[in-house]
Amino acid sequence: MSATHQLSPVAKLEQKTVVDLIAKGKRLDERNLLDHRQLTIMFGKIGKANGSAEVHLGNTKVLVGIKIETGDPFSDTPDEGILTVNAEFVPLASPTFEAGPPDENSIELARVVDRGIRESKAIDLKKLCIQPGKKVFVVFVDIYVLDHDGNLIDAAALAALAALVNAKMRAFEVAEGELTYKDEMLPLPIENHPIPITSAKIDGAIVVDPSLEEEEVMSCRITVTTDKDGKVCAVQKGGLGVVTPDEVRKIVSTSIGKARELRSKILSGET
Amino acid sequence: MLANQQVRLIDENGLRVDGRRLDELRPIKVEVGVLARANGSAYIEQGKNKILAAVYGPREAHPKHIALADRAVVRCRYHMAPFSTEERKSPAPSRRELELSKVIREALEPAIMSEYFPRTTIDIFIEVLQADAGTRCGGITAAALALADAGIPMRELVAACAAGKIEGRVVLDLSDVEDKQGEADLPVAYMPKSNIISLLQMDGQLSEEEFVQALEMSIGACRKIYDMQREALRGKYLVVREETEEKEEITEVKA
Amino acid sequence: MHLVAPGELLAEGPYFAGENTYREGSKIFASRVGLADVVGNKLIVVPFKGTYLPRLDDIVIGRVTDIGMSGWQVDISAPYPSLLPLSETPIQRGGETGRRDLGRIYGVGDLAIAQVIAFDRTRDPLLTTKGRGLGKVTRGRIARISPAKIPRIIGKKGSMITMLKKETGTEIIPGQNGVILVIGRGPDQERIAVEALYIIEREAHTRGLTDRVRAMILEEMKGKSVG
Repeated sequence: MSATHQLSPVAKLEQKTVVDLIAKGKRLDERNLLDHRQLTIMFGKIGKANGSAEVHLGNTKVLVGIKIETGDPFSDTPDEGILTVNAEFVPLASPTFEAGPPDENSIELARVVDRGIRESKAIDLKKLCIQPGKKVFVVFVDIYVLDHDGNLIDAAALAALAALVNAKMRAFEVAEGELTYKDEMLPLPIENHPIPITSAKIDGAIVVDPSLEEEEVMSCRITVTTDKDGKVCAVQKGGLGVVTPDEVRKIVSTSIGKARELRSKILSGET
Repeated sequence: MLANQQVRLIDENGLRVDGRRLDELRPIKVEVGVLARANGSAYIEQGKNKILAAVYGPREAHPKHIALADRAVVRCRYHMAPFSTEERKSPAPSRRELELSKVIREALEPAIMSEYFPRTTIDIFIEVLQADAGTRCGGITAAALALADAGIPMRELVAACAAGKIEGRVVLDLSDVEDKQGEADLPVAYMPKSNIISLLQMDGQLSEEEFVQALEMSIGACRKIYDMQREALRGKYLVVREETEEKEEITEVKA
Repeated sequence: MHLVAPGELLAEGPYFAGENTYREGSKIFASRVGLADVVGNKLIVVPFKGTYLPRLDDIVIGRVTDIGMSGWQVDISAPYPSLLPLSETPIQRGGETGRRDLGRIYGVGDLAIAQVIAFDRTRDPLLTTKGRGLGKVTRGRIARISPAKIPRIIGKKGSMITMLKKETGTEIIPGQNGVILVIGRGPDQERIAVEALYIIEREAHTRGLTDRVRAMILEEMKGKSVG
């Protein structure tokens, strides 16, 4: 059951500071309204996992580990591998995170990241079939939030994508129903690179990559995930605030542009 | 290497699978103050272990009824990431994680001056990002630093290390393959200044003589690790000083 | 002054164990990470970090979190919620004052500058806003730093804070709990002052800090239309 949260733990005066600055086109950390914080992507930190990546977006830090195991396929997709995305909001990342089963926020994040990967067909799941109807590869994407300073969705989705790109699995051969592994390590069959852009609506203005202070003041956030051809493949609005259709059009258009910028930055190795 | 394949743990030169001598620690790297939101934090790499520890507190006790009248409640959570082990581990806490949370808290609490903060909680979180045996010890070493980094008054730091027995020989700091195939594992947490052991566990088979040998080996290692902890604190808090002194020099040259 | 960690031996002999140290027999040890110093024959450790622990007479800046029967609950960034009773405010009362009226004096989310008038091991801190300079915060910008660094913000005999106020043209009220109020003629002055505060927090224990910060402020103020 989902219930209203407590009021924002930020003093009214501090909220006003954020809003007043934004009205002048600046943010607390001196960024422009559409600028991202510093983005760093580190690959392969967890050698024991099949793949891993850690993303720092400002002070937000998210680590993703990929484990590839075998399992039964779903009955409605007998010839496809399985992708499963899980997120842990571990208590060390924020004083607001409690130990326990995933809450609605971590579940929403996991599902939004999943949607971006699945709807852009980033992984060719058909190539992960070992024996149709009997055995397939299961790709576990485990998102671990380490430090929460706002915009967990973008940091997590970028880390998930980076980890999938980094992932390696044993090459395999199926002969007469028998699965044998070869020595060779192969990358996962990645066909697309979904990039999320989250914007927050603060007092009528739109800011990209909200920091924690901005999230505490925003009325709502909208995440738009685009693929390598600029097609929108996932959208999620979060928060109690509301948006007009015009605002939505503007946000989607801005997000497509920002995703393109970010994509070329990442591919050119600037991060 | 597939699971269940037995390997020779000590070769003809007395060296172990990773090239270490019997009494040698795995390479250790420790860093303090790695997280922005936690009050204190530390990160340790020991061999293939990668462990993050963070502390929040002292803070208001939630729920109120757990508060103690005369001191802080110390809480500890040891948890492993699903991708930290060879086979993916379910994120839900296992019985092992619950047991380790308890013994780790009992290893650290004696060092904390919790009587200064009645009716509050001090929360310690240990996340194992990659595991290769000896994670409770690595966790304690990192958590002690996180507590110090948080500015929580302590009698002293706590260091931890395990010793054990493989192929009939007592060895220090078992790796995962050694722990799985070995004959005994003895994790120890130790406070060098007071000469106190605050965590002691053992499973396997050891003669009295071997037990004493393993214990002394662990304690010796704990002393070395304690020095590394002090270095890590020095490294974190002296860096700013050096950085800004460099800036000072540049300003002088320009003038 | 040298860097010490908990458990480090500071001295043996006829010294007093001051803040953040403890005595065991004839030896005195550090109990927190910080810089060890000697004040007369008292050994102390100046800590780098730590949660704010209220002390009697401290001036603090807190946020109202709840309205009760006869006062307000205030978050002063301590591990204990503090109470500001109506009777400790300079409000004239005629007749009954209900919760709605209390809400009009301080609402949830409002900030107040208050003084700690009671606190001990058995009860939560008690605040007052009776006194010069105390009361509701209506304008300005808030900076939040580690409470351990507040003495450095103030400086020896107020030297640092006086310099900050003069060079940025702002009023600066530091709460002992690490919350600082900056009121300037405009947002640029406030921003520069807040930036200076964060630099001081980061570089508190370095030489020549006051001059460096003054230089930064003058540089920044040049680029802004002042007034």
